[in-house]
Amino acid sequence: MAHAHAADDHSHAMPSGWRRYLYSTNHKDIGVLYLIFAIVAGLVGGFLSVMMRLELQEPGLQYFSDPHTFNVFVTGHGVIMIFFMAMPALIGGFANYFVPIMIGAPDMAFPRMNNISFWLLPAALGLLLISLFVEGPPGSNGFGGGWTAYPPLSTVGHPGPAMDFAILSLHIAGASSILGSINFITTIFNMRAPGMTLHKMPLFAWAMLVTAFLLVLSLPVLAGAITMLLTDRNFGTTFFAPEGGGDPILFQHLFWFFGHPEVYVIILPAFGIISHIISTFSKKPVFGYLGMAYAMVAIGFVGFIVWAHHMYTVGLSLAAQQYFVAATMVIAVPTGVKIFSWIATMWGGSLQFRAPMVWAIGFVFLFTVGGVTGVVLANAGADRVLHDTYYVVAHFHYVLSLGAVFAIFAAWYYWFPKMSGYMIPDWIGNLHFAIAFVGANLLFFPQHFLGLAGMPRRYVDYPDAYAGWNKISSYGSYIFAFGLLVFFYGIWAAYAKKQKAGENPWGEGATTLEWTLTSPPPFHQFETLPRITGGDH
Amino acid sequence: MNNRHAPSEPPMANRPQPVIVNERRNGRVALSLFGGVAFMLGAAYAAVPLYDLFCKTTGFGGTPIVAKQAPARVSERMFKVRFDANVAPGLGWKFQPEAEEITIRAGEVRTVSYTISSRRPHETVGIASFNVSPDQTGGYFNKISCFCFTEVTLKPGESRSEEVVFFIDPDIEKNRELDSVDTITLSYTFFPARSGGKPLADAGQLAGSRAERETVSK
Repeated sequence: MAHAHAADDHSHAMPSGWRRYLYSTNHKDIGVLYLIFAIVAGLVGGFLSVMMRLELQEPGLQYFSDPHTFNVFVTGHGVIMIFFMAMPALIGGFANYFVPIMIGAPDMAFPRMNNISFWLLPAALGLLLISLFVEGPPGSNGFGGGWTAYPPLSTVGHPGPAMDFAILSLHIAGASSILGSINFITTIFNMRAPGMTLHKMPLFAWAMLVTAFLLVLSLPVLAGAITMLLTDRNFGTTFFAPEGGGDPILFQHLFWFFGHPEVYVIILPAFGIISHIISTFSKKPVFGYLGMAYAMVAIGFVGFIVWAHHMYTVGLSLAAQQYFVAATMVIAVPTGVKIFSWIATMWGGSLQFRAPMVWAIGFVFLFTVGGVTGVVLANAGADRVLHDTYYVVAHFHYVLSLGAVFAIFAAWYYWFPKMSGYMIPDWIGNLHFAIAFVGANLLFFPQHFLGLAGMPRRYVDYPDAYAGWNKISSYGSYIFAFGLLVFFYGIWAAYAKKQKAGENPWGEGATTLEWTLTSPPPFHQFETLPRITGGDH
Repeated sequence: MNNRHAPSEPPMANRPQPVIVNERRNGRVALSLFGGVAFMLGAAYAAVPLYDLFCKTTGFGGTPIVAKQAPARVSERMFKVRFDANVAPGLGWKFQPEAEEITIRAGEVRTVSYTISSRRPHETVGIASFNVSPDQTGGYFNKISCFCFTEVTLKPGESRSEEVVFFIDPDIEKNRELDSVDTITLSYTFFPARSGGKPLADAGQLAGSRAERETVSK
């Protein structure tokens, strides 16, 4: 590959062929593997979602003869997009590639552990895909209980092995993420270049530091909860079975103690990326650096103490609901700090609407929309009505599908020239953005209306009254999917036209260390460690 | 620990520049993080008994309180107590309270009996769990004795009567949230006992100790 010329005259040759990737201990190669993996998984998860929208385009059953299969698609879509698309792309992909470079480190602290982290993922995805094709409930295949996997549906409701495969898949994916997080924290704590103090560290590295801590503290709880599910299912324990003194609600507490930090795990790296892009194309340092960094720390911390806002309808006492409403609303404060700081960074800046910047501005707008509906849902009273309706679906797709995914594409157009050495023509990124923006908004905005009108989630069919907006929503998903063709055309165009990116294609606004290296960076960067001068922020 | 990374990083070791990978320091950080992972995993399991304890002491989520003795005073406030009896699928029992509904004062101790009868041609084992609704009243619904969480074995066609002794804590008057509540439902469900025998988890042990306490007071 293009990296070859950069290999220097060290005693060891750069491994070639399949050995280079299978045995890789190089953070950049592993990052590339993660990105490819995320693209493949994203296509699978995207296929499942388009099938769902095809079915929901009209009332009645069109494509799914067994309603359970539809729920299997819903579950598969959720799990794949969270664990096998968004996390690998943001954490394994971009962060693995760029965090060591940004902090001036030659590689990750534990390069071999990095290799294990990646190669556990294909195994986990394999198990999840197997789960789609083995028996779940009697007579049907796959697990259809949603990514939340609440018992008793996930225990006595699915006696077949499908759920066991899904549990083991999550175990492995979780182990992969925990190892990766330990690697990130160690790297960021111990391997910063001389002079790179924590308060000078780029915001993407800060985002990853907080994210990694969230993962280390929350994933073991998920692992424990799903292990209890596994033993409840197979070994006669009754953690969640009332007939043995257990309580199914306990699973919801454990799950959301993991599940809520998990959504910040996905969005915090996106925050970091957006800060870099907006600062680069405004030709200004990011506004309120310390506020931005500590806002992420605050979001991470508060994210651990709001989990029961997913559970307002299980019978929490009024006092508990009051607490969780208030605590949840508090998150809007540091999040607002970030949104306003991005706007303040752009304010008075010399703006350049290159493709990454367009995606980043789209992110800020759409994430804010999702944040506002989140504040609505934070109210226990409103949530009584909206719980498990399409309003919730619209909310979390605005923050994740339109938020995190737009950030992933922004990062792609921003860093692809650095990773490959070739430019993607700007018009391709802009066209992709235009299609994705229209498609995603058509797809998800009408779902607010459907939810307010009372349409519940996770059903294959609906009353005719909901037909109109469902049809528009389905059209939106086809438009978004079409945008992916432009995305792939962009990759092809970059390699076909081979327009050289040079060290820094984005100009003086791009100040982080990766832009001081060649594109693509040498196989081992920082022959001599960079020395970072200047005071703290 | 030291030679674990050596083969993968010879270039760094050989290079004459100040790249210092302090493996001991890295190991320390990684080890404490693994400790954090183990702690959180343990915390997840510790949540099981803690949550149970929390529910029993606070009546959270409609868990009735197990009381040892009758309350000191009887209040003026009247409540309707409804009795709901369910049988989970697969057990084939009939399960009925003697009355659908009674009216009592808070603080008054009452006994209500239920009839259980088996309609199965073979011996069956069931186990009951309970709950009160609205959930917030759980903390005030005290049971002095009940037939929950003990296995009940019925021969074919056998009928049996079981009773619950309970009262509503007069302190319920002090909770302004519950001012509008005038009806409390006590719901029982008989599940088929798991054939696997004793549950492995702590949940089973708690259920056992709870049953013990309740039979002692009977």
